[in-house]
Amino acid sequence: MEVSVTVNGKAHHHDVPPRLLLVHYLREQLNLTGTHVGCDTSQCGACVVQMNGQTVKSCTVLAVQAAGAEIMTIEGLATNGEYHAMQQGFWEMHGLQCGFCTPGMIMSAVGLLKENAHPSDTEIRHALEGNLCRCTGYENIIKAVQHAASHGTAATNGDAMRQETKPETPETAAEIEHPQRDDGAPEKPETVEEWKGENAGV
Amino acid sequence: MAITEAPAKMFGQAIKRREDPRLITGKGNYLDDIRLIGTLHAAVLRSPYAHARIKSINTDAAKALPGVVAVITGDEIAKEQNPLPCAWAAGGVTNNVNTPRALAVDTVRFTGDGVAMVVAESAYLAYDALDLIEVDYEPLDVIVDAEAATQEGAPQLHENAPNNVVMRWTCGAEEATAQAIDGAEVVVKQRILNQRLLPTPMETRGYVSRYEPATGEYTIWMSSQAPHVHRLLLSAFVLGIPEHKMRCIAPDVGGGFGAKIFLYPEMAATLYAAKLTGQPVKWVESRRENYLATTHGRDHITDLEIAGTRDGKIMALRIHTYANLGAYLSTIAPGIPTTLYGRMVAGVYKIPNVFVEVKGVYSNTGMVDAYRGAGRPEATYVVERAVDLLATELGMDPAEIRRRNFIQPEDFPYDTGIGMLPYDSGNYEPALDKALEMVGYQEFRKKQAEARKQGRLLGIGVCSYVEVCGVAPSKWIGLAGEGWGAGLWESANVKVHLTGKVVVTSGSLPHGQGHETTFAQIVADELGVPYEDVLVEHSDTQGTPFGYGTYGSRSAAVGGTAIFKSTAKIKEKARRLAAHMLEAAEEDIEFTDGKAFVRGAPDSAKTIQEIALQASVAYDLPQGMEPFLDETTYYDPPNCTFPFGTHICTVEIDPETGKVTVLRYIAVDDVGKVINPLIVDGQLHGGIAQGLAQALYEGAVYDENGQLLTGSLMDYAIPKADMVPHYELARTETPSPVNPLGVKGAGEAGTIASGATVSSAVIDALAHLGIRHLDMPYTAERVWRAINERNGGKHVS
Amino acid sequence: MYPNDFEYVAPTTIEEAVQLLHTNEDAKVLAGGHSLLPLMKTRLASPPMLVDIGHIPELRQISVNGGISIGAMATYHEVAQSAELKQRCPILADAIHHIGDAQVRNRGTLGGALAHADPAADMTAIILALGGAITAQGPNGTREIAIDDFFVDMLQTGLEPDEILTAITIPASTGRTGMAYEKFKHPASGYAIVGVATVVHLDGAGAISDCRIAVTGAGPKPQRATLAENMLAGQQPSKENIAAAAEQTSAGLELLSDISASEEFRAHLVRVHARRAIERAVASAG
Repeated sequence: MEVSVTVNGKAHHHDVPPRLLLVHYLREQLNLTGTHVGCDTSQCGACVVQMNGQTVKSCTVLAVQAAGAEIMTIEGLATNGEYHAMQQGFWEMHGLQCGFCTPGMIMSAVGLLKENAHPSDTEIRHALEGNLCRCTGYENIIKAVQHAASHGTAATNGDAMRQETKPETPETAAEIEHPQRDDGAPEKPETVEEWKGENAGV
Repeated sequence: MAITEAPAKMFGQAIKRREDPRLITGKGNYLDDIRLIGTLHAAVLRSPYAHARIKSINTDAAKALPGVVAVITGDEIAKEQNPLPCAWAAGGVTNNVNTPRALAVDTVRFTGDGVAMVVAESAYLAYDALDLIEVDYEPLDVIVDAEAATQEGAPQLHENAPNNVVMRWTCGAEEATAQAIDGAEVVVKQRILNQRLLPTPMETRGYVSRYEPATGEYTIWMSSQAPHVHRLLLSAFVLGIPEHKMRCIAPDVGGGFGAKIFLYPEMAATLYAAKLTGQPVKWVESRRENYLATTHGRDHITDLEIAGTRDGKIMALRIHTYANLGAYLSTIAPGIPTTLYGRMVAGVYKIPNVFVEVKGVYSNTGMVDAYRGAGRPEATYVVERAVDLLATELGMDPAEIRRRNFIQPEDFPYDTGIGMLPYDSGNYEPALDKALEMVGYQEFRKKQAEARKQGRLLGIGVCSYVEVCGVAPSKWIGLAGEGWGAGLWESANVKVHLTGKVVVTSGSLPHGQGHETTFAQIVADELGVPYEDVLVEHSDTQGTPFGYGTYGSRSAAVGGTAIFKSTAKIKEKARRLAAHMLEAAEEDIEFTDGKAFVRGAPDSAKTIQEIALQASVAYDLPQGMEPFLDETTYYDPPNCTFPFGTHICTVEIDPETGKVTVLRYIAVDDVGKVINPLIVDGQLHGGIAQGLAQALYEGAVYDENGQLLTGSLMDYAIPKADMVPHYELARTETPSPVNPLGVKGAGEAGTIASGATVSSAVIDALAHLGIRHLDMPYTAERVWRAINERNGGKHVS
Repeated sequence: MYPNDFEYVAPTTIEEAVQLLHTNEDAKVLAGGHSLLPLMKTRLASPPMLVDIGHIPELRQISVNGGISIGAMATYHEVAQSAELKQRCPILADAIHHIGDAQVRNRGTLGGALAHADPAADMTAIILALGGAITAQGPNGTREIAIDDFFVDMLQTGLEPDEILTAITIPASTGRTGMAYEKFKHPASGYAIVGVATVVHLDGAGAISDCRIAVTGAGPKPQRATLAENMLAGQQPSKENIAAAAEQTSAGLELLSDISASEEFRAHLVRVHARRAIERAVASAG
C-alpha cells in the first residue's frame, strides 16, 4: 500500500505491506533508530512517538494507519541544534542510565507538559505509567520533567539538582493515593462538586 | 604549546554524563540499530513443552517459503560445535554439569528451549517460517520445584545428576553450629522463599554475527556485559577455533542486570548461521523469549534456624537452601548460591557459629544465574529475616537487636569464619543511627501504636546489610579456591597522545553506569588534564585489553583501580622524562596537577602535554626509554570490597484489600569514596526499585506442566513510575583500604538491601496480628489471606 | 511481534465498512487497535482483512443533547477532555483516568472497548451502570441494543459479524444523579482485577429511586449486582444499608479464578469496591 507520511518535518512516500508496524517503518525504512522496541504487549513505551500532536505507541499503530499523519520522533525534538527543554532536563538531572527507554520517555514527558505545564510529582508518575524504566527507579526521571517544566531549555549545570527540595514524607497511604494540592483541593476530583469547582466557567 | 591551568578536582563531582547527548537525541547505537549490508534475520523455534523428546523435525515447508535462506536444527550444529561451557567447578565438590547447546539435540528440558533457527530476508518472514516448522515431540514428565526435584521418584533431567542434584556445597562449622543450636536459650526456625525473578532489561538480548571466509574470522556484535569473556568461551570452548579468530563487540547495551553476562545458545547459533549462509545474521529476542530463555534470578527455598541468648546475642545460624538452577547450568550458575550467598549469610553481625548447606538443583525451568546482587540479596534476606524473627521471639526492638550484634569498627578487617574474604572496612552503627533519625523511628512507633487502635496497619522495616563486590582476587575466586574458572582481575590501558589528548581503553564496559564519565573523571585528576581531553573506549575486544566485564559492582573498584595504576605508571615515566628535559635528577622531580617540576621551582614546570609531545617525537629521550606515554595495567585486587548500610521503609496496608503502599524509603549507604555522586545516587535509586519490586510485585510463576505463566509484561509486574516511592538517600563514607581510590562499589547495594527492607516493613505491619512471616511478593491477596487467617477466617470487609 | 499478513481497507463511510464486513468472512474492524493489534502481534488472532473505520468522520462525534451520544471512534482522551461530558457524566472521565496509559488513551476508543468486551475492561461496566445502549449498523440497517442485552459471554457481544458498533448512547438523567467507579488494578497489566461502577438516582426526598451496580473483571463478562440494587431501591442511603447491599454484590456473580486472583478474593474485592463506589456515588449526587 502506498503511504505518505511526514516525519520530523520531512515528507516520505513508500509502498508498505499492511502488516508493517509504524515502529518498524520508522526504524527500518527511514533509519530513525532512536525509537526502540522493548516488549510485545504494548506496555513498555520505548516506542512512543508523537503522531498528529499526540503521543502514541508506534508498535501498536500500523504504518498504513499513519497515512497522511505528521510524526515526530526523538530525532526531531531538538531544533536548530538546541536541545528541547525535556532533553536538557534529562541530561541535567541524570534521568537516564542505559538510555534504552529514554527516547520514548522523553516523548511521553513532552506530551505531558503540552497538556499540563506544571504537573505535580504524582501527576508525572501517572502520566508516565506507559513508559517502563528498569535502571533509574524513576526518581531522576521525575526530577528531569520538573526541570523541564521550571527551567525550560536552560542548563543549570547541577545547580537544580543540588538545591534543597522539600522532602516528601507521606504518613498515610491516603496521602499517596489521593494527594492534595497546595490549596487543599484534591489533585484528583472525586465528586461532581469538585469537578464543577475546578471547571467553573467552562 | 600553551600551559593549561590545573583543573579543579573531578573526583567527587556530580557532573553530567558525557554519554547522554547521543542517548537523549536518539543516536544511541544498540544492537538492533546495527546495519550491515546483506544482513539476514533469524528467529528461533522454541519448545512449547517443558520436558520432551524430539522425535522429528520437518523443516521442508519452512525452507520452501520465499525469502527463507536456511532452517537449522540442533543436530547440524552439534557436528561443529560443543555445548556451552559452565565456568564453575568448585574444588572438592562434585559438580554434575549439563549445559545447553546452540539448539537442543534429542531432548528439550524447559519451555522455550530452542530447537530450530530460521534465517530469512526479514524478521517478518522469519517468524512466518517458524509457523511452518513441524516438530514431533514426545512429552515427558515435568518437575519445576527444586525441593521436589531432589525427592525419590521425581522426573530426572540429566543422566549424570542423580536426584537432579547439581552440587551439594557447605561452608561453616557443622558440628559446632549444631551444638550451639542444641544448647541455645532461644531458637527460631522458619522456612522462607526467595522467589524467581525475571531481570527484564528494557533492551532484550540480540546478536549480529558475521563470518569472513577469506580469513576464517568471526565478528559478533552482542548486547553483552562481558565481550572478552564471550570471545574466549565461544572460540576456545564452543567453536573450537583459535581465540584470535573472533572479535566481539558490545554496542550500547540497554541494561543487563547480570542477565547479559552469560554465554547463550543464540550466540553460537547465529555464528553457525553466519558461516553457513555467508551473510551477516541478526537475531533479536522478543520480550516473551527474553522471559523464557534469558536467565532468571534467585529461586531459593531456605530453612533457617537462628539461635540466641535471652538478651539478644546471636549465637548460631544454620541455613539449608535448595537453589533452583533451571534445566541447564548457565555460565557461572552454581557460583552464585555458594560464594556469593552462602559465604555472606553472617551479614553485619558477629555470629560465632554458622553453617550453610546449599543444594543446587536441576528442574524443567529457565536457567538461573546472577541477577542484580547475585546471591547477596538472598543472603541479606535470610539473615535479616532471621534476626527479625529472633527479635520478635524475644520481644526486642529490631533496631536494638541489630545494634547489639554489629561487627565493631575496630574489628576490621573482619573474617566471618565461613570462607568469605575479610570484610575490608565498616562502621555499621552510624548508618543505622542516621537512618533511624531520618525516618523518625520513635515517632513512627508511636504513630503505629495509635494507628493499630484505629484498625489501621502501619509498618516499619529496618535492614542493615553488608555486601561483597569489587570481585575478586583471582587466587581466591579461581579454580583452586572458590572454583570460578577464571581470575577476576581487570585491565586498563592509558595513552597520552602527541597533542596531549588521553585515550583510555578498558576491559570494563558500561551498560548504563556512566563509565565514560567516571573513568574520565579519575584520569583527568590523576594526569591533571582537562576532563574534555580524556576519551574512554570500551566494549570491543579489538583494541581493548582483556577484561572480565561489568557485573558484581566491580567497575570502579577493580576497573577504576586498573586505570588509576596505569595513570600512575604514566606519571612515573613523565617524571623521568621531565627530569631529562629539565636536566635535573629524577629524584628531584615532582609531578602534580599535570605538571612536572623541580621541587621548589614550580615555575620551571613542564606540562603533561609538553612531556607527551616529547615522548611521541622521541627526538631526545633518556637512555633506555621507549617513545610514547602508553601504560597498561592488569590489576588483580587483593580483596573484594564490602559496601554496607541501613535501609528503612514505612508502609501502610489497606486492611480491606491487603494492598501495600510504601510511604517512605530511606537508604543510608556507605559505598566508600564516591567518584560521581549523581551516578551513585542513580545506581541506588534503580537498585532499590528492583528489590522493592521483588517484595511487592514480581515473581516468575511456572505451573506444574512447566509453562511460564508470567510470560509477558501483562502478567509479570515490573514497577511503573507510580508504583515506587521517592527515595531519601544519605551516605556515610568509610573508604575502602583495598584500592587506592577508596571506592567500594554501588551498583547492587540498593537491591541487596531493599527486598529485605520492604519485607520487614510489611511483616512488621502485620506483626500485632500474630503474623511472624510471610513470603514475597506481598500481593494484595497474599496479605489479605494472612490477615484473615489470623482473624480466624473472619473477613475484614 | 510480527503479525501475519492481511488485507487492509480504510473505507470513508459506514455503509462501505458494513459491506466489507458482509462480503469478507472473518474480516475484523480496526478502531484504536489497542486490543486487536496486540493479539495480532502475538499471532493469537490473524484475521485475513482489517477494516479500518478510523477514516469515517461521523464516528468521531460526541454530542450532548438531552442524552449523550458518543461515536465509536471517539478516543478515551477525547471523551475525558470533553467539558460537556465531565459536567453531565463525570464517571466517564473519572474511569478513563484509570484506563491503560496516556498513549493507550490517545488511540483506544470506547466503541472498540465495548465491541471487544474484554472481561477486565473498564468501559463495559461503566456503560452497563449508566444504562446506555449500543447503536449498531449492519447490511439490514441500524438498530439499538440495550446494554443489558449487549454482553453475551467472554469477548462476545450481541453484534453480528457484519455489524459495526457506531455509537454509544447514554440516557439523559433526571433529578439528582451520582456516579462513581472503583477499580482494583492488576499491577502488571493495569486491567481491572475487579471494577465496580455505580450510578444512583435520588428522588426529591433523597431516597434512592434507582441504582445500577455493574461489576467487571470478576467474571467472563460485565455483570449487574441485581440483588444489591434491589436492596437499595427506595432506601434512604445510610452507611449501614450501603454496607449491607455491598455485602450482597458478589452473590450470584459468575467469578473467575486465575493467577491474578482467586475466586474468593475477587468476590471479596467486589464487595469492598462496591461499598466504596456506592458511598462515593451517593455523596456525589448533586
